[in-house]
Amino acid sequence: MSTSANPPYTMIVGLEVHVQLLTESKMFSWTGTEFGLAPNTLCDPVNLGMPGTLPVMNGKAFNMALKTAIACGCTIPRYTKWDRKNYFYPDLPKKYQISQYDLPFSLGGSLPIPADKEGNGGKTIRLTRIHLEEDTGKMVHTSGQESEVDLNRAGTPLMEIVSEPDIRSAADARLCLEELRLTLRYLGVSDCEMQEGSLRCDANVNLHIDTPAGQVATPIVEIKNLNSFRSVERALLYEADRQYKKWKEDGLTISDAPKETRGWSDPDGITKLQREKETAADYRYFPEPDLLPVVVDEEWVERLRAEIGELPRERRHRFESTFGLSPYDANVLVEQGKDVADYFDAVVALTDQYKMASNWVQQEVLRTANADGISVADFPVKPAMLANLIARVGRGELNNQQGREVLGKLIETGAGADIDQIIEAGGFKMVSDEGPIREAIQAALASNPKAMEDLKTGKKKPDAVKGFLRGQVMKATGGKANPALVGQLMDSILAELEGGA
Amino acid sequence: MQLTNLTATEVVAGISARKFNAEEVAKAFLDRTAKLKNLNIYVHLDDEVVLNQARDVDRRLAAGEAVGPLAGLPVAIKDLLCVQGEPTTCGSKMLANFRPPYNATVIEKLKAAGAVLYGKANMDEFAMGSSTENSCYGPTLNPWDPARIPGGSSGGSAAAVAAMTAPVSLGSDTGGSIRQPAALCGVVGLKPTYGRVSRYGLIAFASSLDQIGPFTWNVPDMALMMEAISGGDPKDATSLPDAVPAYSQEIEKRPERLRIGVVKEFFGEGLDNEVAVAVHNAIEVYRKLGAEIKEVSLPHSKYGIAAYYIVAPAEASSNLARYDGTLFGHRAKDFSPADEAEKDLPALVRMMMATRAEGFGAEVKRRIMLGTYALSAGYADQYYNKALKVRRLIRNDFETAFKDVDFLIGPTTPTPAFKLGEKAANPLAMYLSDIYTITTNLAGIPGLSMPCGLSSEGLPIGMQLVGPAMSETALLQAARLFERETDWHTKRPNI
Repeated sequence: MSTSANPPYTMIVGLEVHVQLLTESKMFSWTGTEFGLAPNTLCDPVNLGMPGTLPVMNGKAFNMALKTAIACGCTIPRYTKWDRKNYFYPDLPKKYQISQYDLPFSLGGSLPIPADKEGNGGKTIRLTRIHLEEDTGKMVHTSGQESEVDLNRAGTPLMEIVSEPDIRSAADARLCLEELRLTLRYLGVSDCEMQEGSLRCDANVNLHIDTPAGQVATPIVEIKNLNSFRSVERALLYEADRQYKKWKEDGLTISDAPKETRGWSDPDGITKLQREKETAADYRYFPEPDLLPVVVDEEWVERLRAEIGELPRERRHRFESTFGLSPYDANVLVEQGKDVADYFDAVVALTDQYKMASNWVQQEVLRTANADGISVADFPVKPAMLANLIARVGRGELNNQQGREVLGKLIETGAGADIDQIIEAGGFKMVSDEGPIREAIQAALASNPKAMEDLKTGKKKPDAVKGFLRGQVMKATGGKANPALVGQLMDSILAELEGGA
Repeated sequence: MQLTNLTATEVVAGISARKFNAEEVAKAFLDRTAKLKNLNIYVHLDDEVVLNQARDVDRRLAAGEAVGPLAGLPVAIKDLLCVQGEPTTCGSKMLANFRPPYNATVIEKLKAAGAVLYGKANMDEFAMGSSTENSCYGPTLNPWDPARIPGGSSGGSAAAVAAMTAPVSLGSDTGGSIRQPAALCGVVGLKPTYGRVSRYGLIAFASSLDQIGPFTWNVPDMALMMEAISGGDPKDATSLPDAVPAYSQEIEKRPERLRIGVVKEFFGEGLDNEVAVAVHNAIEVYRKLGAEIKEVSLPHSKYGIAAYYIVAPAEASSNLARYDGTLFGHRAKDFSPADEAEKDLPALVRMMMATRAEGFGAEVKRRIMLGTYALSAGYADQYYNKALKVRRLIRNDFETAFKDVDFLIGPTTPTPAFKLGEKAANPLAMYLSDIYTITTNLAGIPGLSMPCGLSSEGLPIGMQLVGPAMSETALLQAARLFERETDWHTKRPNI
């Protein structure tokens, strides 16, 4: 962690994100892409690079990547081609990776960083490029001398998203990745499971330090092995601190030292220098002669654009402008995933109690769904039912507390629950008769002389005392009293008492 | 009747008319092959596998089942075309133990057409060479003179037909590897338009140049074979989807236009006089047939060899990287450090190095080095990227020429077959034997070599006809026109 509360430097971060596309088959061959199968069971002659075999482009993968680029506002060049990246490593059966070098299918574009809980931030990160390639296999280094390779992953469609160094904090890096994940899930192009490796991230980071002699930049470090969003944030904070301390010790700047690669160790909470190759890798890129270049015309782009639908950032904006939600509330509903926002949309289509709908979805619905480990799409109380309940609370048929209890019963009962029956059976009718409420108030005042004393002497704040008393009344009425009426009557009784005294 | 003297068309017609059966045909060729073992044409040939296919054709014919247009026709196969479960070695120690679990698309097509897959024919290792001397199995000898090479890299496939050990064969052509041996062995060889025939299952040398094509005795046989193997293939993204014409019917028609360009640059220094005379005689035949003869220039063709020997090795260096002992093919048994410098290398790296050192022959290593160098950082602009520019200029040369003429004519090779060992020590001299064929690969256009004479020593001479992309029909028509006026295609070696 940063040792200084206000460090005299700016963190400069750029991200390289690899995303596996959610296709049924590989980028250039026909076997599947499922995760977690026995090693080397998802292999075919093409992805094993067997002699004489040829790659054929997976058009669905290309469309998914293209959709992503369109959603990020990227420029789609008319002409894109494939290149071979040559290097000897056993995770690559052909000893070259089919990738894109100088003419990627997407240039520029941006990713939003949404506002944080305090409503701060909300900026945009520029993208450098997005390109498409095939994933490599996985090396498994056993404890002995042997290394094993699992080629199930080899050939899985992989999209590489490279950002400009526009990120200025570890928190922003995390937010940016979360927004990317949300966007990709909205688009349905990836499941973005970092634990399964379908989203992988490397971060390039250095510091701009203000000195009396002007600003200096520390050498750039590429951090690898980042296996969760939390580790991205932690690693960047650690690395910034490390670079600052190192600079104070040796004064080396970006022009003195080459870029180095460090691996993040999550258990140790530190980055470690990775073994550098003695010479810079020469990948000997050249155009892949087995595949044709792809010409993407306007019509193709427009057809995919029409399929995209509402993106998370557009949805947040709509929730704020149409339903009057705060940026924070709008973000919570959207960032939890498409099914949550869809649920909310379905509720507010049937009731105009937007704020209440937002609260209940964020609290009752999400809490229960998370506790039960189910998706909101599978939540037993469907949006129409929740809208019905919220409308009753809005009309004053039930108070808030009763509404929550009814919802609890609805969840318990599950699909097919009858709300009228539950309200009837549970006696969830809000009491709005003045008589019984007055009696309850008077009883509460009589049995709490200490509170009355506090009110008189002003020893405690009147609102706090009144709140306590209202709670006693609600308790006495079994939670059924109309809270608004309780407050109103209590004020008038207290006023009478005061006047009488 | 001597079955082995028959052309493919005659074999197919005879079987179909029940004059003889497929098994008799297969036996006749197997017997002759056994007698001519000294030519070293086949690297793998299993008589039983061949006979079983032939018997199956006979059984289907007897049962009245549908058989394809090549029913019972033995086809020799260059040893770089994958045949499921059969050795497919590319003439290399590296793949000596390799049996692919899949068929090349052309093999599937041949099987569907009822052909009998004959032996695997010898070749220069990974198709790199012009004499078949670079095979790990030793050279194939030229049936016209066993002291001479048959050409290469498809020397085995050319000799297979010339020696009448098979009526037809398949080869591959990256810079002349079909046309050059066809010329030197006195048979017809066609390198089709790039993409006309699927490359799936062709073990790659240089992917942007490789193309599969047949060797035959004459043009009707060529048409028959091309009809069977051509066509788009979902497994090869570079294959062309255009419909396959009925070549066999089309060839008897006169080409719509007959303007023939004589390529000035192909009659310069290094051309053997007897070859020049034979080709000029052929031009005269065409003139008498009413062709309009024009001199044309391909000004950038002089850079063809240089560009080719950058582009092809560059692609090869990448295509052959997979042969490192990890997944298939040869793996070195001993990869202990060879010297002090290797001691610090991981065992895996030493295994790959030892495997490649043992598995590849000298020419393959030379080209891998050339290609790796040409693609290296700091050199790519100077070599690889410049070669691509030259390639575009060469393509433009052809496009310009084809505005005025319909075909180009010239010699296929500078000389008739040379002696074994004559050029083995001089790679550059060897490379120059492809000087007239290499540019068509760079341009992706079809080229056909056919016999047009015999030298004073009795060696075959070939001429090359070149047409624009996808002009196979017209090219075959023009070749057929010549063939009907001459008898060079009927000449057989005296063995």
